Amino acid sequence: MSRGRGSKGLVAYATERLLNAVPLVLGVIVVNFLLISLAPGDPVTALIGEFPAPPEYVERVRAQYGLDRPLPERLVRYLGSVVRGDLGFSFANRQPVFGLVTERLGRTLLLMFTTVVIATIVGVVLGVAAARRPHSAVDRGATGFALAGYSIPEFWLGQVLILVFAVGLGWLPAGGFRSIRADYVGLAALVDQARHMILPMLALSFRYMAITTRLTRASLLEVMNSDYILASRARGLSERRVLWEHGLRAAALPIITVIGYNFSFIVAGSALVETVFGWPGVGRLMYDSIFTRDYPVLLGILLLVSIAVILVNLLTDVAYALFDPRVRY
Amino acid sequence: MAVTAAPVAVGGLAGFWRQFRRNRLAVAGLALVVLLALVALLAPWLAPHDPFTTSRASFRPPGTPGHLLGTDHLGRDVLSGVIWGARVSLIVGLAAAFTATVIGILVGAVSGFFGGWVDEVLMRVTELFQIIPRFVLALIVVAFFGSGLVNLILVIGILSWPQTARLVRSQYLRHRTLPYVDGARVIGMRPWRIIFVEVLPNVLAPVIVVASLDIAQAILLEASLGFFGLGDPNLRSWGGMLNTAQQYVRLAWWMSVFPGIAISLAVLGFNLLGDGLNEATDPRLRSGS
Repeated sequence: MSRGRGSKGLVAYATERLLNAVPLVLGVIVVNFLLISLAPGDPVTALIGEFPAPPEYVERVRAQYGLDRPLPERLVRYLGSVVRGDLGFSFANRQPVFGLVTERLGRTLLLMFTTVVIATIVGVVLGVAAARRPHSAVDRGATGFALAGYSIPEFWLGQVLILVFAVGLGWLPAGGFRSIRADYVGLAALVDQARHMILPMLALSFRYMAITTRLTRASLLEVMNSDYILASRARGLSERRVLWEHGLRAAALPIITVIGYNFSFIVAGSALVETVFGWPGVGRLMYDSIFTRDYPVLLGILLLVSIAVILVNLLTDVAYALFDPRVRY
Repeated sequence: MAVTAAPVAVGGLAGFWRQFRRNRLAVAGLALVVLLALVALLAPWLAPHDPFTTSRASFRPPGTPGHLLGTDHLGRDVLSGVIWGARVSLIVGLAAAFTATVIGILVGAVSGFFGGWVDEVLMRVTELFQIIPRFVLALIVVAFFGSGLVNLILVIGILSWPQTARLVRSQYLRHRTLPYVDGARVIGMRPWRIIFVEVLPNVLAPVIVVASLDIAQAILLEASLGFFGLGDPNLRSWGGMLNTAQQYVRLAWWMSVFPGIAISLAVLGFNLLGDGLNEATDPRLRSGS
């Protein structure tokens, strides 16, 4: 089977996509800058406090921070500071935003990646099982599960899981990152950590399992009705090979797209779930920042998460090209 | 009328309904949506109490006389809150999804049909909107400009169109190489006419399916913002109720269970409806064919 493109073509394609990502990153920075300019309250007031200050002093502070310059000049300055990793200062946390967010990011990524991996595996298996025998009991069960998972808000599911497994049964901790009072080391610490992760992960993954199940089933059903699957069957390939090699390969395209696309949604999901479980990640930081009106933190999170999503989408596009030899740009 | 565009050739509106009715889940979805609409419409007559009236009867469990679903920490009736919340969810869901669909169709059709630099520019903008995390941006905008109902609708709508745009674009990319479009070009039909008269009816079925799912997503996003304390402060919404419930999970399970069921059923209704429309309008997915 001729692919029409060697590995060299793919590298060139990836490089091209990387270059295309540059305007996107710039776009995100501009959006962020505009939001900063629109933020309620005068930043000078935030700097010198609410005390009535002499106008000359206010003007001096304004000039000192370049706030008297025209908008385009301030945008260029802002670009410069972003490149240096300076995203402003969090007054509530008394530390630079960049350090604060990246410090919390690890714990959020831990939760997110475990969730995505598990949800994708379970979702694909359920979706294939459903598509193999449409309208069977298995199909109805998987479809029902997918619809429920797709409709239940993860933060509410989190509350219910706490009610059942923490308050009711007392099996698992209701929240937090690890047990504070116990001093676990080695394996015990790992188990303790995992126990704290089970409920947030369940709450977060339900939705993505559902999305993947739904999509795997739908795209497989569509592919399995196509001519080239008929041709594969006519060539005498076993039904198993037709399904896993040809069917799933074609169905993989929408699945990959949706995983990449949903990355920005999983950020939202994890923010909500972290809030429910007091998981000390970026999401929880966002929730706290709304109440302390710590806008630099919110804007910093927006910027960093957007850039992360751009990278994930880049990988998605490359994976898409790898899977589908027809896609050429 | 638009919904029937695809099945017109195979039996018109009656045929469409016959097909839709065969799918029991779809009918259940329609029933949930109708129920939600009725509750939203009749809220002032259905609710036993004013959803804001506080009383000294706080934390009453479900089944308390006069308070079927119990009361919250301020003695407000949970059932009345759930009933009035239907209104907020339905209005935000419908209005935001409509906004998103109109923007998505325009961007996607122009982009996919014309291709070239137009496509390049529009897709960059679409990507930008798709990449910026919807929830975080919505949160910031609502925190800055206030969480009134109109703001919520606009923010959710304007942040929700990329999926429709990409879907419509991919459909137009496929359709523009099909013989009937070539034919239309050959006989000298204008591009706008080809886009909106010739091609649009053929790609509308999946768009309507996505629109129905968009309503579900908009309801979820509104509830999520409410859960973060950013709902309309003058309205009682399901998300807002769950925000308060979070502090009392150990004390009053009913404060979180009932609004959550309401959100889930409303979202499920629109998801099932979308699925049903999908099956009834797409001949390939029909059962028994």
